[in-house]
Amino acid sequence: MTPASTPALQLDRVRKSFRRETGESVLALDDISFSLRRGGLAAVVGPDGAGKTTLIRLLAGLVRTDGGIVDVLGIDAAVDPQAIQSRISYMPQQFGLYEDLTVRENLDLYADMHGITVDERRRQYARLMSMTGLDPFQRRLAGQLSGGMKQKLGLACTLVRSPELLLLDEPTVGVDPLSRRELWEIIRQLIKEGLTVLLSSSDPDEAETCDSVLVLSGGKKLMLASPAEISRLALGRTFVATPPDGMRLRDLEARLLADPRVIDAVPESGQVRLVTREGCVVAGRPAPERFEDGFVVLLHRAGGDSEAGPRTLTQQEPPIRDSAGETVIEVHDLVRRFGKFVAVNGASFVVKRGEIFGLLGPNGAGKTTTFRMLCGLLPASAGTLKIAGVDVRRARASARQHLGYVAQKFSLYGQLTVGENLAFFARAYGLDANQTRARIAWALQQFQLEPYLRLPSAQLPGGFKQRLAMAAALMHRPEILFLDEPTSGADPFARRAFWQRITTLANGGVTVIVTTHFMAEAEYCDRALILDDGKVLAQGTPAQLRALAPVQPGRTATMEDAFIAIVEGSRSDSARKSAPSAAA
Amino acid sequence: MRASLIRILALIRKEFLAVLKDPRSRFIIFLPPLLQCLIFGYAASFDLNTVPYAVLDQDHSAASVALLARLDGSGVFERRANLTRAQDIALSIDSGRALLVIQIDQDFERNLLSGRATPLEVIADGRNSNTAGTALGYLGSVVQGFNSDWIDEHGGTPPVVRVVNRAWYNPNLDSRWTMIPSLIGTLTMMGTMMLTALSVAREREQGTFDQLLVTPFRPSEIMAGKAIPNIAIGLGQATTILLVAQVWFRIPFAGSFAVLYAGLCLFLMAAVGLGLFVSSIAKTMQQAMLYAFLLAMPFVLLSGFTTPFSSMPDVLQTAMVINPLRYALDITKRVYLEGAGFDNLLSDFIPLFAIGLLTLSGAAWLFRKRLT
Repeated sequence: MTPASTPALQLDRVRKSFRRETGESVLALDDISFSLRRGGLAAVVGPDGAGKTTLIRLLAGLVRTDGGIVDVLGIDAAVDPQAIQSRISYMPQQFGLYEDLTVRENLDLYADMHGITVDERRRQYARLMSMTGLDPFQRRLAGQLSGGMKQKLGLACTLVRSPELLLLDEPTVGVDPLSRRELWEIIRQLIKEGLTVLLSSSDPDEAETCDSVLVLSGGKKLMLASPAEISRLALGRTFVATPPDGMRLRDLEARLLADPRVIDAVPESGQVRLVTREGCVVAGRPAPERFEDGFVVLLHRAGGDSEAGPRTLTQQEPPIRDSAGETVIEVHDLVRRFGKFVAVNGASFVVKRGEIFGLLGPNGAGKTTTFRMLCGLLPASAGTLKIAGVDVRRARASARQHLGYVAQKFSLYGQLTVGENLAFFARAYGLDANQTRARIAWALQQFQLEPYLRLPSAQLPGGFKQRLAMAAALMHRPEILFLDEPTSGADPFARRAFWQRITTLANGGVTVIVTTHFMAEAEYCDRALILDDGKVLAQGTPAQLRALAPVQPGRTATMEDAFIAIVEGSRSDSARKSAPSAAA
Repeated sequence: MRASLIRILALIRKEFLAVLKDPRSRFIIFLPPLLQCLIFGYAASFDLNTVPYAVLDQDHSAASVALLARLDGSGVFERRANLTRAQDIALSIDSGRALLVIQIDQDFERNLLSGRATPLEVIADGRNSNTAGTALGYLGSVVQGFNSDWIDEHGGTPPVVRVVNRAWYNPNLDSRWTMIPSLIGTLTMMGTMMLTALSVAREREQGTFDQLLVTPFRPSEIMAGKAIPNIAIGLGQATTILLVAQVWFRIPFAGSFAVLYAGLCLFLMAAVGLGLFVSSIAKTMQQAMLYAFLLAMPFVLLSGFTTPFSSMPDVLQTAMVINPLRYALDITKRVYLEGAGFDNLLSDFIPLFAIGLLTLSGAAWLFRKRLT
């Protein structure tokens, strides 16, 4: 055992570059040096493409550096990566669970691979099962677990042996707030037991609770400090502004973002939170600075204003139709059953033209099922569903002409270039050659895809894939745009840019239906609906939803507070209701 | 109507791009048929180039030596051993050193000189019936030549019936001449069926199928957009093999290209229809691959490609009305070697058209059904 005084990690001038298939070389990590003591929780934070995953894989001894020294637990990674791997545990973004095996069989498999003895297993399993709450699901197939449970099982498999250092690559991507909270509780408990944990995240809120944070951007280290120190960078530069009567929150946000003195603006709890340039007062009253504010300042200072920056200009298109306020989507008592399982249980809602309508809910709540029924990809078991006055499933194919659809997973043709994909979808929607040319030019300019025109879309950086998917869905100027988890896994800047685009579209008369599990994003919606277990728990404007949160002294309730209160309230209700009936 | 055409063309263009842009998939589409065609052309021949044999000559006469000299001079028979004892016969066969053992009795010449028929005992290795049969056939013709020369020199009664062989369409009965034209159908069916079966399954697996379904595409349009590029690729493969047959192996083409390509189009429509049918049932690429293989294997084996179709049990012959390859083999061989025209081939064209129509509409129906 190495003495506790040696650092857990020590990196000295580490460089790593990759070659893209198109031939250009990308510097993923550029001259990174830092050291991290043992014990505690450290986070690597940065926008997409900052080099977070490369850094973690380097520490796990899975890739070699191009130069510099990586020292993990006192072992040089270039000399003996095997020795490092036997003392650490690493959970990649996509953990290799076997979906056709049960929870228990997956655990056994990983225990076998690490040669864990039977006695050891008994002890570890009991601990892991109670920690992750997976005990009642031991016989369930991993493929049938919800996203959050899969992630917990992945973590349990990683922990079947007791490592000295745990590396987690974006462990909470695609996990709803409730499950995320549970995952964080597990991680904190591990820290208490003396483990050193390093995780990567693109969510600044998560970094706030860590002991130290390494901020990366474009492969460069911007800062390694405590979250408080990073927050202080925004000292005196954060404000909250309340929209005047009659002004929508997202319109105020858009106006503030257009101001060159403003670095960042986000809607939150009915107000817009903004970060300004040094010494500028734009609007609102001062607010206490947070980690995210400092993070934004740090990235802005590093020149992240161009691509990673929050500002993207979206010009408004001429409105599609002027009849705002007319009902576009009408859903009544919608039910979808899969065998005995009821995925959606009597959902009813109405969406008006030009509205941004959010479908919120934890993983497995029925969001995607509802969404697929709306797009006509799945028939309803019962109830009525009308899009622009017609049932999409029964209507002629031409009815789909008015819809745009962006799937959760990138689902354009990966081998085809950006230009070829756009052309295909334009033609698929019946645009003629001239219109196609014009719309492609529009899309390339709007979404800054010009430099990637000839790149096969599979090789696009993550954020640009999402832009391309949106561009493809907008080629035919649809009246209704469906977006399934569009911001899952995107960094805060990409998310801001995305919502700005959506806001512009909605102002142009496009009706937008969006699912998300980032509760804060509900603030951008005109109205939202909260689903859990297939049932609609609440719906209304963001202010109406927020009002459902318990009152906490000293701070305004956020959308996330409201969501957790609503979902937990409903779950304990149904537990109470089912308990006596089970006894009888 | 025009919008529908634009959509189908867009899908066709996309399919071609997806398949032909990637050098690896280009390679997979055109190289294996080319290689297989060359390999089959050289290796998979039913003709025997050498027949190893052993001889137990108990006569040691001028006549026996003359017969053996004739065998050795044939260029096909290769003497591996001169046996001295009858017990060695079994050993030669069992060890596989000789395919045939020829036993010449001690009164071989005496019988011939006195004008009597004399037996020539031949033992063949029947463990491979095809090879043994062919070797015995060769031996028969060598002996027939020996007989007629003997009669010319020594006199005697010629046999009452003499068989005069004249094989039409393939005068030398070169098995390569039947093998290569058969490959046009066999290889393209395997290729296009797999390609089509995978194309929809891949889209389903990668989520692009949903993206396609929310566009105004109708199931029949998707079907057409998927079928046409694959038929074209199949025609490309068939042309490759046709070129190898003519340019490399120099097998003379007796028929009309119009008839051949018309037949191939119908055949590929049927093969692509089967592929799409499989695709509409399969949930994943793995399933599609397995189903396609499950169909293709018996279709090839029971098509008459290697074994005569007419010797299959009646039940199987009836079951194989759905096998497009069976008709394709008939078309390719007959057009290629015999020069058959449209009127001769209606019995093949009509069933192929029916299979294509049934599978394509079945697949379109299944697509729609799985959507609802």
